[in-house]
Amino acid sequence: MGVSINWLKQYVDFDWKAEELAHRLTMAGIAIEGVERVDDDFILDLDLTPNRGDCLGMINLAREVAALTGSSIRLPEIVIKESQENINQYIKVGIDDPDLCRRYAARLIKNVKIQESPAWLQKALIHSGVRPINNVVDVTNYVMLECNQPLHAFDYNLLGNTILVRRARVGEKFTTLDEVERTLDNDMLVITDGSKPVALAGIMGGLDSEIHDATVDVLLESAWFLGPNIRRTSRKVGLRSESSIRFEKGTDINGVIYAVNRAVMLIQDLAGGEVARGICDEYPVPRKELQVTLRPERVNYLLGTELTPSLMRSYLEKLQFPVKERKGDFIVNIPSYRPDIEIEVDLIEEVARLHGYDQIEPGLPGGEIIPGGLTPFQKFRDEIKNIMSPYLNEVINYSFISEENFQRLLLPQDSNLRNVVRIANPLSEEQAVMRTLLLPGLLHNVSTNLARKNENLGFYEMGAVFYPAESGLPLEKMRLGAIVCGHSDVNWTRHRVEMDFFYLKGIVENLLWKLGLEECEFIVAKDSSYHPGRSAVLKYYGDELGVIGEVHPQVLQNYDIKQRCCAFELDVEKLFAHKRTRSMVDRIARYPAVERDIAVVLANEVTAAAALKVIRDAEKELLKDVVVFDLYAGEQVASGYKSMAFRMTFQSMERTLTENDINSSVNRIVERLQKDLSAQLR
Amino acid sequence: MLNKLKEIADNSEKWLSQAGSIEEINELRVKVLGRKGEITQVLRGLKDLDAGERASVGKIANQVKEKLESMISSRTEEIKGEELQLRLSRESVDISLPGLPLQRGGKHPLTLINEEIREIFLSMGFSVAEGPEIESDYYNFEALNIPRDHPAREMQDSFYISEDILLRTHTSPVQVRTMEKLAPQLPVKIIVPGRVYRRDDDATHSPMFNQVEGLVIDKRITFGHLKGTLMHFAHKIFGEDVKVRYRPSFFPFTEPSAEMDISCVNCKGSGCRVCSHTGWLEILGAGMVDPRVLQFGGYDGEQVTGFAFGMGVERIAMLKYGINDLRLFFDNDKRFLRQF
Repeated sequence: MGVSINWLKQYVDFDWKAEELAHRLTMAGIAIEGVERVDDDFILDLDLTPNRGDCLGMINLAREVAALTGSSIRLPEIVIKESQENINQYIKVGIDDPDLCRRYAARLIKNVKIQESPAWLQKALIHSGVRPINNVVDVTNYVMLECNQPLHAFDYNLLGNTILVRRARVGEKFTTLDEVERTLDNDMLVITDGSKPVALAGIMGGLDSEIHDATVDVLLESAWFLGPNIRRTSRKVGLRSESSIRFEKGTDINGVIYAVNRAVMLIQDLAGGEVARGICDEYPVPRKELQVTLRPERVNYLLGTELTPSLMRSYLEKLQFPVKERKGDFIVNIPSYRPDIEIEVDLIEEVARLHGYDQIEPGLPGGEIIPGGLTPFQKFRDEIKNIMSPYLNEVINYSFISEENFQRLLLPQDSNLRNVVRIANPLSEEQAVMRTLLLPGLLHNVSTNLARKNENLGFYEMGAVFYPAESGLPLEKMRLGAIVCGHSDVNWTRHRVEMDFFYLKGIVENLLWKLGLEECEFIVAKDSSYHPGRSAVLKYYGDELGVIGEVHPQVLQNYDIKQRCCAFELDVEKLFAHKRTRSMVDRIARYPAVERDIAVVLANEVTAAAALKVIRDAEKELLKDVVVFDLYAGEQVASGYKSMAFRMTFQSMERTLTENDINSSVNRIVERLQKDLSAQLR
Repeated sequence: MLNKLKEIADNSEKWLSQAGSIEEINELRVKVLGRKGEITQVLRGLKDLDAGERASVGKIANQVKEKLESMISSRTEEIKGEELQLRLSRESVDISLPGLPLQRGGKHPLTLINEEIREIFLSMGFSVAEGPEIESDYYNFEALNIPRDHPAREMQDSFYISEDILLRTHTSPVQVRTMEKLAPQLPVKIIVPGRVYRRDDDATHSPMFNQVEGLVIDKRITFGHLKGTLMHFAHKIFGEDVKVRYRPSFFPFTEPSAEMDISCVNCKGSGCRVCSHTGWLEILGAGMVDPRVLQFGGYDGEQVTGFAFGMGVERIAMLKYGINDLRLFFDNDKRFLRQF
């Protein structure tokens, strides 16, 4: 909101230049975002916190300035020439729902002349961002900006002689000033002429009773409506106005009369007319005085200061809060224009901000420092990131995705992953459901990067996925996902690694090894999102930890990816549950190790895992290690077969092995391969 | 014989000076000092001389032999040195060629900043607490002194799952969850990192972003402690030379509330685009825990006090790494990620 300094100066004196004033107010909690020079004036850009809606009124803002300068404010004096006719002859006000409207006051001015407002008034409104309309409406807006009390002007002759404030009827129709027909409900408050609505209380008047050029008699409304209800209605009908904004934040119920009188006075000045005697003021249950006790020792206890009670009192008095002392405590009468102050800490904040936050000495909490730290699971997640980061770039994706992803991932209709937590009010369909897996985000990352010609990608993400729960909050599960495509960067050594299934499997094996889970098995997977011949589930003693594989070509196409991609997704909580600390299991042998290579021809269906198992089982004592070091299929081998070469390391803890020892071991191994897997030695 | 010896010595010296390889020297060694070598021959011939001559010639012969041995060995060293030099010069490479490109990965900048923030508070004795990203209205609002229809809800437009369940709009719900778990234990000293969600999407707002919340509760915790703790944090993360200021603000769950500003890290406070020409940057919100919130958490606001704070991790990362666009964090472009 824009605040004119010239206007402000009508109520309070200060010598500060605009920037200085802005700084002082900001440091007192009334944030000024900027200062703009306009003609001979400066406009402050006010950015109020929600608790200080009172400062949307010039007079209340002036009170803040006065508290800072130590001066006092000048309220415009009200002088009204009333006619002999009593307002009660003309209008009768009733409140059916005093829970939503605690006060309703009205005044009547007859025979006004509607015309353009004078320049000073138009300028004041424009500087505050309000469009001038005519003298009567402009006055209501001016007084709203001045007193923070929204007013409404009705054309009395279009209204009749009754005002009844009540809840709207379900389905009741009403056309507001902006010519939109609104359908109301029983939670909304309306001002009626006894039968039909003439205003949506506190938000906007009706088209049928508005002030127009031919209006002669004006009925002014000044009322107090319950903020939360105004807020609710305003949201429901999708209409926010300068008026509703103020009521939402809370207005001064005791300022109702001053504001309407101020408006009447100005209208009489600018539009002439006769003011009916008296005010129609329905105020069934007047506000109780609010007294809050402030204990000076509590102020110092909470702030860590040593302020004297008299200094504290002086700050409250600068704010014009009436203060009485009782047994060393201050009993403070809270002015009705400060609805934000309810309890003692609110007053402590007033003392603190007038004293100046920067005047409070900083310190560190005393007492013994109990070492803080991370939980084992937090450390574990760090460890995983540390293991992944040398190879892959970490990404962070939104937790919500489009439901369309499930189709693109070829998930069966009955897949659990389609059972989602749905956002009731998403920004778009793209962000409508909470993710149940990380893969869609990772595929999206690859797709957008490739579209930008960023080739050769390797990403990982750790984050929560979400599933509906029977009751209470949804389930949140921590996942680790990764995706790779392309190859390592081109370079002059011609040393290049394809980032294929086995590259990614290597990353997973490295992770599993570091977590002590190298016994994890890779078993052929049946996962519709992955290549059926190039994917595996990871099982650790029967517990499924996740899946790894080349992404199904159809899925890649659905994500507009024209390269092979491999991905995995693991359950972090399960990894954590199984994690083992590594320990030294192999003694270091003092006798030399001997390597032997064999190559055997095997049927294509025989897996490396099966062959390795046969080899290990055949020689449990002397075989230290065995690796596959070559795989060949082609001209040299019959079709349907492959040649697999193994490098075996033999070693004994007790002695140096002889040629005989090794030969007999190798023979035994070859025999078992021949017998169990119909292998042929090459 | 003496002439012979002199001749051997002269020839050998000449040979040595011309020899270009270890092989040539070895050849000389065999020829002169070997079992059938020239000196050996001379020494063998000594037995034909008379005693007097034998002694003097023998002495000279031994001297020549020793001299030659030492010359051969020093020349051998010399040539080894030369050969090494030659090899080294042959083997030199263009060291400006890049190293073998191991696939370079790395943590996301938000992870790096989170870790940095965490380290600072861990060293001050804080623990890390966490809570669900999908929250109940109770923990996200009610227990934080934000009843229904409170204008403060406007500050945080929410994504709802149902009427009572929503994506948390801040990490503050973990304050009350932690208090409930710990009460009446003291002190409470936690930070809460995590993802939060608000229904806002434009150049400066992301519908998902990251916060770090903090909460300290104990006997006699003061606003001064709030200032001191957060000042320490600001100095650790932005450098000892940043200036810090506090101004009053409003959060429903703290009273008094404060906003902490630091002197602009870009212009050092003289005013620039980054700080909207104010010289100051808003870094975090904080305040003394509202007694009503303490009560929701199971503590008596008369007996204990506390302070809480919250900061946006993206904002800290943007200032610290000079990132000018919030959207880069969740765009996950390789060219961006590779820089960290």
